[in-house]
Amino acid sequence: MEPYKKHESIAALMNRSNVDTDQIIPKQFLKKVERSGFGQHLFHDWRFNDDGSDNPEFELNKPAFKGAKILVAGDNFGCGSSREHAPWAIADYGFNTIISTSYADIFYNNCFKNGILAIKVDKAQLDKLMAEIAANEGVRFVVDLENQQVTTPGGNGFSFEIDPFRKGNLLSGLDDIGLTLKHVDKITEYEQQHKKNYPWLWA
Amino acid sequence: MQALEYAMKKTMYEKIWDSHLVVDEAGQAPLLYVDRHLMHEVTSPQAFEGLRLSGRKVRNPHSILATMDHCVPTKNRNLPIADPIAKKQIETMAENCRVNGLKLYDMTDPNNGVIHVVVPEHGFVHPGMVVVCGDSHTATHGAFGALAFGIGTSEVEHVMATQTLPQKKSKTMQVVVNGSLSKFASAKDIALAITGKIGTAGGTGYVIEYTGSAIRELSMEGRMTLCNMAIEAGARAGLVAPDEKTYEYIKGREFAPSGQYWDQALAYWKSLPSDEGAVFDATVTLDAADIAPQVSWGTSPEQVVGVDSVVPAPESFSDEIKRQACENALAYMGLTPNTKITDIPIDYVFIGSCTNGRIEDFRIAAEMAKGTKVATGVTAIAVPGSYHVKKQAEEEGLDKIFIDAGWEWREPGCSMCLAMNGDELTKGQRSASTSNRNFEGRQGKGGRTHLVSPAMAAAAAAAGHFVDIRKL
Repeated sequence: MEPYKKHESIAALMNRSNVDTDQIIPKQFLKKVERSGFGQHLFHDWRFNDDGSDNPEFELNKPAFKGAKILVAGDNFGCGSSREHAPWAIADYGFNTIISTSYADIFYNNCFKNGILAIKVDKAQLDKLMAEIAANEGVRFVVDLENQQVTTPGGNGFSFEIDPFRKGNLLSGLDDIGLTLKHVDKITEYEQQHKKNYPWLWA
Repeated sequence: MQALEYAMKKTMYEKIWDSHLVVDEAGQAPLLYVDRHLMHEVTSPQAFEGLRLSGRKVRNPHSILATMDHCVPTKNRNLPIADPIAKKQIETMAENCRVNGLKLYDMTDPNNGVIHVVVPEHGFVHPGMVVVCGDSHTATHGAFGALAFGIGTSEVEHVMATQTLPQKKSKTMQVVVNGSLSKFASAKDIALAITGKIGTAGGTGYVIEYTGSAIRELSMEGRMTLCNMAIEAGARAGLVAPDEKTYEYIKGREFAPSGQYWDQALAYWKSLPSDEGAVFDATVTLDAADIAPQVSWGTSPEQVVGVDSVVPAPESFSDEIKRQACENALAYMGLTPNTKITDIPIDYVFIGSCTNGRIEDFRIAAEMAKGTKVATGVTAIAVPGSYHVKKQAEEEGLDKIFIDAGWEWREPGCSMCLAMNGDELTKGQRSASTSNRNFEGRQGKGGRTHLVSPAMAAAAAAAGHFVDIRKL
């Protein structure tokens, strides 16, 4: 995983609530056995017309949002299935930051495993950010994870909360499994006790 | 003293959480031990690849049970899979299980079926376990009083390598369903009514425990249906306290504790239900008698009403976001406000999935289908959740009832629930579906899904539109 660095990027606006993982990456693209190459299918059913051409009505197809790394979206983003193909597609498309009021649990966890910073803001803050983008499409925000700050040219900057463990992993790009395996002795010890307490699980 | 006693009362979730904590240190997420790891072909290949690339091994192959369900065809199962990408995914699953020595019920195995249908059939999940699967409907197994939740593929790899997961402790929500369901309402209707009441984000950050007399009255199949859809209300997991029905269901199954271990396991299971007076962070109450058969009208499982209602108008929502969501949903669904639900015509009926693909579901649907004919222009498919369900239904003659009524009787699989295997709606087609999600495009691009119970689906197949089954 790439370490997450402070960056200034275009913030794209997706003013929809309950964006589900079936929309983020429709099921016909879940059959691959690799992790890569999902970005071309991101939001497929909204993004493309039936003939495969770009749907100009779809917000991310606006030229002003090309190259955006920040996605500002409505409530309960990423609800539905556990498919990690959703954050894989988002990251592969080029986003490394999402800003919303809330996320579905599994999706939220999946983001951090893939170098995506999912920032939670309150409704009033989200409304301000959405208004700033709507009034000035192509506007660039600065995201500073180290200092937990987002700044915007319109003065709608804010600081955000994040779990220190998730923050550390994003900043370092560290592998979760490696971290857990530092505790391998404790896992083994737990397992020994577990076998005594619940022997039928091991029979 | 009183305060101390108060503090010691635990919910079932807290008991399971506490007994599975491996590491709980400041500055890092608590590590939770995982007892059972379920797998299917869609969310696992990249995890195996990761394991291979890092030179790690599966820590406890004994804890894993795998099946093939999402991509498998539900007809002509003897022929090679036509879709080469799906075929590769299926072959990859078989190879990964072979190399790592994992139990797999492959496409041709008599135990094959949808993972969340198959696992309980074999008694692989017990009360008090922590159970994970790269699948959001893992919540199903909460019906047994197990903490069961969906994870992403990176976490699948994590569990394979470490048998643990870094987890954040959830808040607890009690959903109390008092009273008794009417004869025509089912666990599915409770699940939809709850989602309608609290919304698809209502349970976010929570583990739900379902309590109350209506929950006690549900069969194990019903409890599975209910917990299955905990995720649709945004919850991490759903739980039902184990009772005699639970023990009776598990007893004698392949992976059930046996001999000397049965009594030991039983004693442990009986210690699991939430202590009297344990405090939940939130409580929601419903009266089962008020729950009419439910029909979803929109593109989110919270957009649901009783069958005796009408399609709502956007103006009826005071919340701006909900108003907009209603407007978008009506446009996608091709519905006009104030249309009676019973006036909505359908093109397709699907009975099956990890929500409603169990024997009880086919029994009630067959009861409704008996002596009827599928309405002109309607396609109706019955897709058992597993080969065991299929066999049982055939022994009871249910397949004949469906076939005589003009239904297709298929092989098991996820099928049209998420339409990965070729069973799908075409643009504009409208379904009555016993599955769990009515998202845009879920059952095929442009397809329009209405979520209902098996009885409601079967009645709609015969009528060609939704029917208030209480009036039949």
